[in-house]
Amino acid sequence: MKRWLFLAALLILAGYFIAGGVWLRPFGEPERSEMDRYFIEHAQVEVAANNVVTAIVFDYRGYDTLGEATVLFAAVVGVALLLRRARG
Amino acid sequence: MSVVVRTVSRVVVPVALAFGAYVIMHGHLTPGGGFQGGAVVASVVALLVVAFGGERWRRWKEALLSLEDVGAMAFVILAFLGVGATFFRNVLAGSGGLFGAPVPQLGPNPGALNTAGTLPLMNWAVGFKVIAGLGAVVLLLALFGREDG
Repeated sequence: MKRWLFLAALLILAGYFIAGGVWLRPFGEPERSEMDRYFIEHAQVEVAANNVVTAIVFDYRGYDTLGEATVLFAAVVGVALLLRRARG
Repeated sequence: MSVVVRTVSRVVVPVALAFGAYVIMHGHLTPGGGFQGGAVVASVVALLVVAFGGERWRRWKEALLSLEDVGAMAFVILAFLGVGATFFRNVLAGSGGLFGAPVPQLGPNPGALNTAGTLPLMNWAVGFKVIAGLGAVVLLLALFGREDG
């Protein structure tokens, strides 16, 4: 019983993957590109940065970078706490 | 480590430091930025720890852990600069002051260091944070298990 359930789930999952591969959009033609266009055309004017990726990471989506910095901070604090000198 | 590793790392370390500083400093002009350049410089710390042993860099531990906090604080303070409009507002871009120049021309251009407002400062803040954070993790792992930790 368990084996048949597993097999059915596997078949359904494989079907989804195959369908996704068959109906993949052609490369370089995203469905929605308004936001990409906006960033490419306005980043140099609004942020005055040549590197649009940095303009997005540190300006348009600064909160994301703040979260990343928090993750790094938490990781370092975790390592420092875990590997601290044992007392007594 | 052997004398070969130590000699080669003496040659490689200045080059890697310069490259990491370049990647951080030009984060708003060329591919890269604070995270990437910081990782390059943190790999220098890893190289030094592997080549010369962790004992020698023990006194750096506290300094690196403090520098991580300084970088994080600088990043948040820079984000708070724009709180008059919104959090993370780039107040320095286009203001004409520090890093306030516009791009030399729209489209492809050689780029000028004095552009992009708070982006270069944030790159340095995040760069210091990543240097100190990853360096401290490498050093802590190297020193783990010793008598005096």
